[in-house]
Amino acid sequence: MANNKASSGASIHVRRAVSYVVLILLSFLCLFWFYVLFINATRSNGELGRGFTAIPSSHLMENLNNMLHSSQPMLSGLRNSVFISACTAALTTYFSVMTAYAIHSYEFKGKKAIFTFILAIMMIPTQVSALGFIRLMTKMKLMNNFIPLIVPAIASPVTFFYMKQYMESNLPSSLIEAARIDGAGEFYTFNKVVLPLMVPAIAVQAIFAFVSSWNNYFTPALVLSKDKMKTLPILIAQLRAADWLKFDMGQVYAAIAFSIFPVIIVYLFLSKYIVGGVAAGAVKG
Amino acid sequence: MQKKKASAITSYNKWGYFFLIPFIVVFLIFQLIPLVSTVYYSFFENYRSGLKQIGPNFVGLGNYVKLIGQKDFLIYFKNTMIMWVMGFIPQILVSLLLGAWFTDPSLRLKGQRFFKTVIYLPNLIMASAFAMLFFALFADGGPVNSILVNAGFLAKPYKFMSHVWSVRGLVALMNFLMWFGNTTILLMAGMLGIDTSLFEAAQVDGATATQIFFQITLPLLRPILVYVMVTSLIGGLQMFDVPQILTNGTGDPMSSSMTLIMFLNKHLFSKNYGMAGALSVILLIITGILSMFIFKTTAQNEVK
Repeated sequence: MANNKASSGASIHVRRAVSYVVLILLSFLCLFWFYVLFINATRSNGELGRGFTAIPSSHLMENLNNMLHSSQPMLSGLRNSVFISACTAALTTYFSVMTAYAIHSYEFKGKKAIFTFILAIMMIPTQVSALGFIRLMTKMKLMNNFIPLIVPAIASPVTFFYMKQYMESNLPSSLIEAARIDGAGEFYTFNKVVLPLMVPAIAVQAIFAFVSSWNNYFTPALVLSKDKMKTLPILIAQLRAADWLKFDMGQVYAAIAFSIFPVIIVYLFLSKYIVGGVAAGAVKG
Repeated sequence: MQKKKASAITSYNKWGYFFLIPFIVVFLIFQLIPLVSTVYYSFFENYRSGLKQIGPNFVGLGNYVKLIGQKDFLIYFKNTMIMWVMGFIPQILVSLLLGAWFTDPSLRLKGQRFFKTVIYLPNLIMASAFAMLFFALFADGGPVNSILVNAGFLAKPYKFMSHVWSVRGLVALMNFLMWFGNTTILLMAGMLGIDTSLFEAAQVDGATATQIFFQITLPLLRPILVYVMVTSLIGGLQMFDVPQILTNGTGDPMSSSMTLIMFLNKHLFSKNYGMAGALSVILLIITGILSMFIFKTTAQNEVK
């Protein structure tokens, strides 16, 4: 018996050691690329040509400065990306809560059919309707416009579904009834009672909506062709399409860092909510 | 009194429709009309040949016959699947392993929050910038080659971008890195949902950690595993940003890393609307069939 216990104790130590080693290796595999990116963004083109070193150099500001004043409109790209992502996050959360509230709190004809329908279309990728989308936007004279990239976010089945799930456990119907008895209008109740209660869910979904819009490449590349309108992913693709060896590699790394590091920095502050949000979506999904 | 109350409730309920208006209007204009017109365009011959515009002429299923008859379509479908499988197998295995470790109370791993934060990080990175980064890092004179040569692993730089399996491998590696953290968190949520008394009972009966994993955890995890696999497959069919940027849209070498959506993108830019339509509809049908599996499991829980 004692023998048995000792051997199982030893095996726990071994298993723990193995899991730490694997976890550290995987963490290394996740972070290594961004470490090299950071180092290389600080090195001049000449230094980069001489091979890799693990220590940062002193040319970060110079690279950033060159990159911002290059032929690629990175600064307006940043502005466009921030604008589109922020509007998308605001619209998708506000209107998804609204849609979820309609399904959650009211009884009306066709409610079940609409809910089933939204669930059914949840998985349809945007790419398969891109052809019709682009031709319709051309007819509506909305090409080279941010509207086709922002307004569709109002109808987001995935965000709607998350909000609906959250409401089921966090929105007591007694509060809504109390507001009605106090004589509050339905729209007023939605904005002043329901929305504040949904803030945690809105925050999580706003982050996801912002990031996925920030990273989106396929649709913006089809809609935006004017240089001043382009978003960061399109500019990155142009960097790749240009004969990149002629470039200053320091600038190329600075441009990549410029697109990646803002998200990493924000993530480090909000990681608790983001990782928790993924898990919360998973439990019932 | 009773009647008045009932009518007040029905008048509240009208607001349900009102709150649905934005979703429905936006869905109709930006999703349903485009989807229906995509299907409609797929029945017409409509492309440019040099400066000449051909069509639109109604050709029935002509575009579909042409598309399936082409070798390209099948090759790109195969490429997409190969790169998805190469990323997904390590993704699901690593995620199961990490999920089991994180949720095993007898292991008591420290620093769980740190590890979860780190492994989820790549999921939020702009895929196009990540691919551009890999392109720069794995270039012939790039830092990875520089490290491998200096460490003596390679005699001379390896041309990662000129070999079929190294390009596919890089795409799969990026997909793996971007998704294994997400999958780990999903599987962990599923594992934490399993009744702990089952584990305790098994331990009392003298089951080892491996036995518990294969006999209890894995079978009970089946619904979530199916969900993860099907959503990942649907995502895999949409693979675009990473191979597009990595190979500059060419799918080089020899179109071996060209995916279906890259093919669609090519048709959209060259304004071959008929073929783009047919390709979209085929993708829609495949994803439609796949999402039926997910819909069934979600709908069973949700629509009562």
